Amino acid sequence: MIYPDSKIVLEVRGLCATVNGTEILKGLDLTVRRGEVHAIMGPNGSGKSTFSKILAGHSAYEVTGGSVMFEGQNLFDLAPEERARAGVFLAFQYPIEIPGVINSQFLRLTYNTVQTHRGKEELDPLEFDDYVREKMKLLEMSPDFLERSVNEGFSGGEKKRNEILQMAMLDPRLAILDETDSGLDIDALRIVANGVNQLANKDNAIVLVTHYQRLLNYIVPDYVHVMEAGRIIKTGGKELALELESRGYDWVGVEHKAVAGAVA
Amino acid sequence: MSATLQNLVNQPYKHGFVTSIESDVAPKGLNADTIRMISTKKKEPEWLLEFRLKSYEAWLKMEEPVWPNVHYPKIDFQAISYYSAPKQKPKLKSMDEVDPELLRTFEKLGVPLHERMALAGVAVDVIFDSVSVATTYKDKLAEVGIIFCSMSEAVHDHPELVQKYLGTVIPPSDNFYAALNSAVFTDGSFCYIPKGVKCPMDLSTYFRINTEESGQFERTLIVAEEGASVSYLEGCTAPAFSSNQLHAAVVELVALDNADIKYSTVQNWYAGDEKGVGGIYNFVTKRGLAKGVNSRISWTQVETGSAITWKYPSCVLLGDNSVGEFYSVAVTNHYQQADTGTKMIHVGKNTRSTIVSKGISAGHSNNSYRGLVKVAPGATGARNYSQCDSMLVGQNSGAHTFPYIQVANNSSQIEHEASTSKIGEDQLFYFAQRGIDAEAAVSMIINGFCKDVFQQLPMEFAVEATALLSFKLEGSVG
Repeated sequence: MIYPDSKIVLEVRGLCATVNGTEILKGLDLTVRRGEVHAIMGPNGSGKSTFSKILAGHSAYEVTGGSVMFEGQNLFDLAPEERARAGVFLAFQYPIEIPGVINSQFLRLTYNTVQTHRGKEELDPLEFDDYVREKMKLLEMSPDFLERSVNEGFSGGEKKRNEILQMAMLDPRLAILDETDSGLDIDALRIVANGVNQLANKDNAIVLVTHYQRLLNYIVPDYVHVMEAGRIIKTGGKELALELESRGYDWVGVEHKAVAGAVA
Repeated sequence: MSATLQNLVNQPYKHGFVTSIESDVAPKGLNADTIRMISTKKKEPEWLLEFRLKSYEAWLKMEEPVWPNVHYPKIDFQAISYYSAPKQKPKLKSMDEVDPELLRTFEKLGVPLHERMALAGVAVDVIFDSVSVATTYKDKLAEVGIIFCSMSEAVHDHPELVQKYLGTVIPPSDNFYAALNSAVFTDGSFCYIPKGVKCPMDLSTYFRINTEESGQFERTLIVAEEGASVSYLEGCTAPAFSSNQLHAAVVELVALDNADIKYSTVQNWYAGDEKGVGGIYNFVTKRGLAKGVNSRISWTQVETGSAITWKYPSCVLLGDNSVGEFYSVAVTNHYQQADTGTKMIHVGKNTRSTIVSKGISAGHSNNSYRGLVKVAPGATGARNYSQCDSMLVGQNSGAHTFPYIQVANNSSQIEHEASTSKIGEDQLFYFAQRGIDAEAAVSMIINGFCKDVFQQLPMEFAVEATALLSFKLEGSVG
């Protein structure tokens, strides 16, 4: 929801980045304020996922220009784990499997690590068990999730729910959901979206990275951005997503070029 | 991320100091006279000298094994000194009499004999180079009839027991290094648990190689009589030298009817530097004979050190219903090479064995599991379960598995499972994205991978092993 005068969470200016020498982001601008839900849409290869990984600090990407301020701080001054502790959360498109590491132990370590850095109390295993079970209800997860290895052998839907569970636990300032709808059947999509909606509040911001409009039926964005060739070329309200759904992406690019040409 | 990780790499080996205690070192080289010299120095009975000389004869006719998946320049066995003893001698009655320099060494090693072990209720027999310098808790153990002393003492005080069992599980002609050990072993531990006695505390020996160019050839013999049980812990370290040192130990276990021996090792010999220079050649023969009915032999090892490890703690399941177990974590980093595993020889009826092996390879190292499960014709109803998991860390390490299964009885059941996994950048990024730094992430992944083995270790050792592994692998990812 858009709140007048709410503080800026994320301010991206002219962001450029490469992977293995190939330029992926070419001057991306974006401003996200507390309380808002943004959707970034665009065709495959437009740089959506790259953008989300750069915000989280993946080492495969090199930032070659521009700036990103997070809550008034230069994001690139922070190591990936420091960003997470400061409140940047990325729900992975493909959550990583960690064989042998028990989910409950992993969840507790991440929860306690982040809590400690925020000057809050850690939870012992019993307290944490109560805490996490309560959060799991939000996502209609069965308790046996806790005893399995992290993401190992999880279905697509289970992995995504495990991501949103962590979002619920870690209470981020900025949650970036990278293609969270991919690989979800309609029931799982509803559950995940419902979870995200309950977590959205006036103090945090959510960026949904998605290829399809489908997710936006459940999580209604305040802004929809269209990304192409490494930058945002159009921004609109939630109705823009519906237009993209019916007309595809091509017209946006054509229109953008025409506008750019007229300005030149 | 990789840069920070790089900084964590190559942490110095923290046991790599040399203690400046004067040693009584024999001239280099091996011949029958060297063996007579060792035997004389140790005031040994005639039968033991004969045992040594026969072993030496056998060794002369044997060839170094070339089948292990390890590579190193040929060892010059004449360039090694076969006897090294701290000079400060006569028998010590209490720890107060021990050379303070030696005690400081133990402190550096993290083996405060005085306090911690006493609190932990562990009896420690310390082998420094080749000679046992202190045995604690001996009197307390003697009250229940347990003999726990150095091999040298055992030879003098309990010759009949030593003579009865020495070389019965691993005959001198068993293999090249066992033969060498049988000829030149200088000390080691001896442990005898009488009938029906459950050893009231974990017994522990701490081995350390101190002198450059000396070999360590310790000999351990543990006998558990009918219904007896014992848990034995062995830890090993060595200072950092640029030359390679040879460690060729022999450990024999004998379990009679209903007896139970659990043998745990944390091996952290010097592994050489990050370029592969120096380090211990750890060529060890360990075997347990589950001789009696319902007897049980259990090996647990955490192998993190040595430039080269060649070691197969094995069980011969002779008694009906006897049980053999092997739980192993082997970690190699930099240019270390390990070829390790076990042999489970099923001879008695309804014998059971379990093998759980976890190999972790990092840097440019090579880690091989080699195991044999053999079921003799008469071993009706034998069962084996084997699980061999390998984990690769980084791009340049190797993991290999060589399982041998030989079954001559069609009523047996053999299961073998294997897996290979990898710690990758992506896993570490996932942890980082949840606020967890690389160090804590590697520790958690490795602990998860090894937990089936760590669960088998006594509590104190489990904590040490966990810390050791994290230390060992820090910075090797990426």
